[in-house]
Amino acid sequence: MLNCQMLEQPVQIISNERDTDLYFRLVVRAPQIAPLVQPGQFAHIRVLPMKDALLRRPFSIYQVANDTFSILYKAVGKGTEMLARMRPGEELSVIAPLGHGFTVPQPGGETPLLVAGGYGMAAMYLLAQRSAQKGIVFVGGRRRVDILCEEEFRALGWDVRVTTEDGTHGEKGLVTQPLIAELKRNTTGRKLFACGPTPMLKAVGKIAEEFSVPAELSMDEHMCCGVGVCLTCVIPIKVGDGWEYQRTCTEGPVFDVRQIAWEVAK
Amino acid sequence: MNLSVQLGKLTLQNPVMVASGTFGYGVEYSQLLDLNQLGAVVVKGIRLGPVRGNSTPRTVEVASGLINAIGLQGPGVDGFIKKYWPFLKELKVPTIINIWGTTVDEYAEVARRFDALGGVGALELNVSCPNIKEGGSQFGTDVKLLSQVVAACRTATTLPLITKMSPNVVSIAPYAKAAEDAGSDALAVTNSYPAMAIDIETRRPKLANITGGLTGPCIKPIAIKLVWEAAQAVKIPIIGMGGIQNAADAIEFMMAGATAVAVGTANFYEPQTALQVIAGVREFMQRKKIQDVRELVGTVEVGD
Repeated sequence: MLNCQMLEQPVQIISNERDTDLYFRLVVRAPQIAPLVQPGQFAHIRVLPMKDALLRRPFSIYQVANDTFSILYKAVGKGTEMLARMRPGEELSVIAPLGHGFTVPQPGGETPLLVAGGYGMAAMYLLAQRSAQKGIVFVGGRRRVDILCEEEFRALGWDVRVTTEDGTHGEKGLVTQPLIAELKRNTTGRKLFACGPTPMLKAVGKIAEEFSVPAELSMDEHMCCGVGVCLTCVIPIKVGDGWEYQRTCTEGPVFDVRQIAWEVAK
Repeated sequence: MNLSVQLGKLTLQNPVMVASGTFGYGVEYSQLLDLNQLGAVVVKGIRLGPVRGNSTPRTVEVASGLINAIGLQGPGVDGFIKKYWPFLKELKVPTIINIWGTTVDEYAEVARRFDALGGVGALELNVSCPNIKEGGSQFGTDVKLLSQVVAACRTATTLPLITKMSPNVVSIAPYAKAAEDAGSDALAVTNSYPAMAIDIETRRPKLANITGGLTGPCIKPIAIKLVWEAAQAVKIPIIGMGGIQNAADAIEFMMAGATAVAVGTANFYEPQTALQVIAGVREFMQRKKIQDVRELVGTVEVGD
């Protein structure tokens, strides 16, 4: 019934540094967890100094190196603001790796086109690194500071196409514009993989349908337990002629675009 | 040292269980802890047929607590038996099945189905879910209906019956007494407290269901009082729950009158909590030279 092996462990912070603006990169030592991580999976982190905010916070696992893994996060709420104040040597409690991730392109398989909005890029790095074929990364954000880890993807040999809504970096506009232009040129053997805010995912889903290309979307829903018991993070998924609520933390976060019942989703 | 307790004819190896709705069907947590160390596993509420549940957002974090309005999403009796029972029936500790319905007859029918299944530890009657329009708390906040539900289930099964009480009553005593008189073997005190949260930027409720049930450490003092009051009213054992995070919380419930306790919301953020509670109760008993955990029950001293 469960296809992922998860561990709950205390982990030590190795580094926790500001990237751009309100974005941070956190690296933790987790020798047993790191080798288990698959692209698109997440870590459920308890920020131990937080006393009145009880819940763990879910983060896509960004990179895995030797006995460490890292996350990219934006300090925007109680949990992430407290996390941003934590220092190397301090401890966090982690349950990971969790969730059903991306299908990694195999040799001779499809060419991946990755679509990321803001820190959605974090969920994409391992996929780009482990994919048998290199492809194109479309990354978008509001402003220049919202474009993360662009150089890391270039270093993997990927073609990175940047858009910002205010035009301060890359092409001006939405991330879906260069994606549409690229699909108009060629759709053969291509597959979309996306992570970002829900409106972006919905737009990517529509594009996948219009151009008849396969797509996997990493869905963003509020989570509570992260392991499938509380049924907080559900989204409507097509089953037979109807639909049912399935868990983003367990059946997801990555779903095939054809599974999602957008007409029911808010 | 004895940690075992009785709930009717059901023996628990220790008094620490998990609360319905916070532990799925057990299997989800089986990679993170040894379920066979628990007093019992209590599964999420099940009615006769499958239930889709409420729209999202379904939970919201508040200061020292959580408001939920899941809407009892579940696979129904047949789905549960097919999908989860093969795992649960192999556990060495009892499985307690939380059941509900929208009519008295449905409660009784679900009770009959689980009676026929064989191997079930006990049934917990959910008459107190605040997030279901029909069924749920309407049965737990009307003494007559409560008696009817418990009595109908009593007729339907010989399994131990635990009635899960609503906190949302003026006085819990008459409800506790009604459940006892109708044949309940134990009481679970308490379910979540009706609550609401608003996003001040959008002026929208933070839950799709508008209101939900408040749980977590912030309700513990309310639950302690309810356990204490219920314990004055009945002779049957009480399972105390509401915001338990550690052994001290559990011991407090026992002193208020609980024979057993359940860890609920804490499972969501610290799945080891129940096991930590068991270890902590043991340590407390050693420190206080207490031989039998039952010696703690109802020992609060309220006299002069």
